Amino acid sequence: MEVNQYLSMFIDESKEHLQAINDNLLQLENQPDDIGIVHDIFRSAHTLKGMSATMGFEDLASLTHEMENVLDLVRNRKLQMEPLIFDCLFKSLDHLEMMVQDIIEGGTGKADVAPIVSALKSIVSGDYRKEVAATAEAVKTGASDDSRRLDEFQYSVLSQSIEAGNKVFFLEVKIRDDSVLKAARAYMVFDALEQNGEIVKSNPSVQDIEQEKFDKVFSVYMISRVDQPTLEQIIMNISEIESVNITPIDRQSLEEAKNDQRPAAPESQTEAAAELRTAKAQQGSSRQNAPVAGRTIRVDIERLDTLMNLFSELLIDRVRLEQLAGEIRRVDLTETVEHMARVSSEMQNVVLKLRMVPIESVFNRFPRMVRDLAKTLDKKVDLVITGAETELDRTVVDEIGDPLVHLLRNAVDHGIDPVADRIAAGKPETGTVHLRAFPSGNHVFIEIEDDGKGINREKVLATALKNGVIHADQADKMTDTEVYQLLFASGFSTADKISDISGRGVGLDVVKTKIESLGGQVSVESRPGLGTKFSVRLPLTLSIISAMLVKLGSEKYAIPLSSIVETAILRKERIRTVHGIRMMDFRNTIIPLLSLSELFECPSYSEADEEETEIVVIRKGEKIAALMVEEFIGQQEIVLKSLGKYLTNIFAISGATILGDGQVALIIDPNALIK
Amino acid sequence: MGEELKVIVFTLADEEYGVEVDKVRTIERMQPLTRVPKTPAFVKGVINLRGVVVPVIDLRGRFNVAESEPTDNSRIITVAVGDMEVGLIVDSANDVIDLDSDSIEEPPEIVGGIRAKYLRGIAKLGENRLLVLLNLEEVLNKQEIIELENFEG
Repeated sequence: MEVNQYLSMFIDESKEHLQAINDNLLQLENQPDDIGIVHDIFRSAHTLKGMSATMGFEDLASLTHEMENVLDLVRNRKLQMEPLIFDCLFKSLDHLEMMVQDIIEGGTGKADVAPIVSALKSIVSGDYRKEVAATAEAVKTGASDDSRRLDEFQYSVLSQSIEAGNKVFFLEVKIRDDSVLKAARAYMVFDALEQNGEIVKSNPSVQDIEQEKFDKVFSVYMISRVDQPTLEQIIMNISEIESVNITPIDRQSLEEAKNDQRPAAPESQTEAAAELRTAKAQQGSSRQNAPVAGRTIRVDIERLDTLMNLFSELLIDRVRLEQLAGEIRRVDLTETVEHMARVSSEMQNVVLKLRMVPIESVFNRFPRMVRDLAKTLDKKVDLVITGAETELDRTVVDEIGDPLVHLLRNAVDHGIDPVADRIAAGKPETGTVHLRAFPSGNHVFIEIEDDGKGINREKVLATALKNGVIHADQADKMTDTEVYQLLFASGFSTADKISDISGRGVGLDVVKTKIESLGGQVSVESRPGLGTKFSVRLPLTLSIISAMLVKLGSEKYAIPLSSIVETAILRKERIRTVHGIRMMDFRNTIIPLLSLSELFECPSYSEADEEETEIVVIRKGEKIAALMVEEFIGQQEIVLKSLGKYLTNIFAISGATILGDGQVALIIDPNALIK
Repeated sequence: MGEELKVIVFTLADEEYGVEVDKVRTIERMQPLTRVPKTPAFVKGVINLRGVVVPVIDLRGRFNVAESEPTDNSRIITVAVGDMEVGLIVDSANDVIDLDSDSIEEPPEIVGGIRAKYLRGIAKLGENRLLVLLNLEEVLNKQEIIELENFEG
């Protein structure tokens, strides 16, 4: 699988989520009782977990999973936030950021998260109170451990010196409390040491010591030309030195100092140590990939919107100009207007393309995710993707990832039945999840269909009753569709166990809210024992579309070109009537014939007295129907305008557009006409 | 003295009404409307208001007063309430006046066939001139439109 394609998306998204968690944590620190903030953090962490698991960054996923567990307790008010927990969460966040940074730089995003994970686990189990004391102690020993730690290079220098028979010492020098010029004293020590040997490592680093970033004590590994007592004498001769502790280093103690850096020593559980190790692990991790960030720029969608709006205005004026030029009939004016029309249609393509991306970039990360999921759950699942080339507005593609992850996880976790059940039910061992995308009119449909056990009506009702979503007396009257819609109710989750995959109620309600915020709709169909299908309908949210303008008496309507199969003229005698419904022959099938003037109760036109009618054949997915109109005006680029908040949910009208003469024409939504 | 209130005065079926000036966007002459199918009868259609599509309703129809053909005096007052922008067809609009909010009284149950809930109050202007102040939030209440539709359907 080509990873780079969606790696940059992952990076952008995870950065955003990390930032959100950070901001929210800070806010929560000020208002520790605000559960709403905890919810937000939880959702960010949840999404991050899903994304990292999908991308195969397991350390990221496992750390976020533990954070989630802590947050889950907090939001259910089983755990009170306190400084220690905040510290722990912030520390986790630092780790996450480091890992993401590593991924950006082409690393593998691996890090040793065991210490922080166990710290989080101890919070969940409630053990952390006992551990506070222990940790404090560990910090102390850890600090000294830290100063003794050597890297690969220092180790090899020292070990060669020992082999060559040189004296190697570890010195711990303490400066007196009342010393005013600690850095100067330290410098004098370094100076004296350099005259008598070679300093291999100092802790803190020399720079830090020079800037006085240390606290009385510092330590040094050195190869000495003089023996231990002489060295001690030299150092103690420097004024304001409280004590010096010199340990000779031999091969064995050197090994110990080196081994110390291996993560194999879990008893040094201090966060400082863990951090250092993470940093080392990062440096050590292979950087075979070139940096991936910076190949794309992220432009605020608002700027694109502004560009689009300005362009729409231009387009309306262009149409007007074309009309005027047609009336004035001056050659040079006509030529100029024609040129302008060409340039602006080029420009329109560019502006549109800026916003349109194939949904592939979202779909591509799913096969891996489904595979891993199926493995975890011990199920066999095939993911069949169709229509990945379907293009959608960038805003929608950016936002649709999370809801689709939820729906797919849902399908694999709750939808597909375990292998044993499938065999018992006479179904193939391997379950199939279909992920389809197809455009239809001004919308794109995304369907997620599994051939699993279907939705258990009784179980859904029972949960809804238990959670107070519905009343007992409502339950019996509800149709299956209504019951299935309950799945989208807030705080609803039918999973018996909390699993890593889905559950916890961060699920379908969030999916629904998200999709609706994109101007879309989500619905669910299910047949018990046969499977479940989630359908998501999304608007293209394009502000400019190609449309066919048609006339009905004095009224003009626009039909999106993307929904039109063809146009034709139909003689009256070729209209058939089947069960009172008008039908017509169309390429060896019979399709319904709809009268637009009747549907819209048009006062100024009726095709009843026409010998021949113009028809527009429209489609929604696979379904086809014909619309009778009075006359075709022609094809045009139109600017999509909303009808405003006052007029909503109007039958078969998806919006309006302004024509060249300033008149408003309504845009027909063919999807509403085909059932 | 209460607060000073600037009000646009318009007429509808021989009564004088007022809306606060800060809710009014523009006042337009009558212009061709694009009919929107399957909407309540008082929704007359939409107009193009400098690039923005704005729905227009007939206030007579909204208040169940007999509708009349538009005249030269007819105006479309576009008002903005919340995030809605709607044009109101009125018989004429010709005045802006200052009102003292103290002079506004509670509306009686019904004025000129309009129920009290659509009214903010009644202001006395001089001896025999009464100004009915509209409660635009209620006039443009969408919930009620839905109920109306259900009733009609």
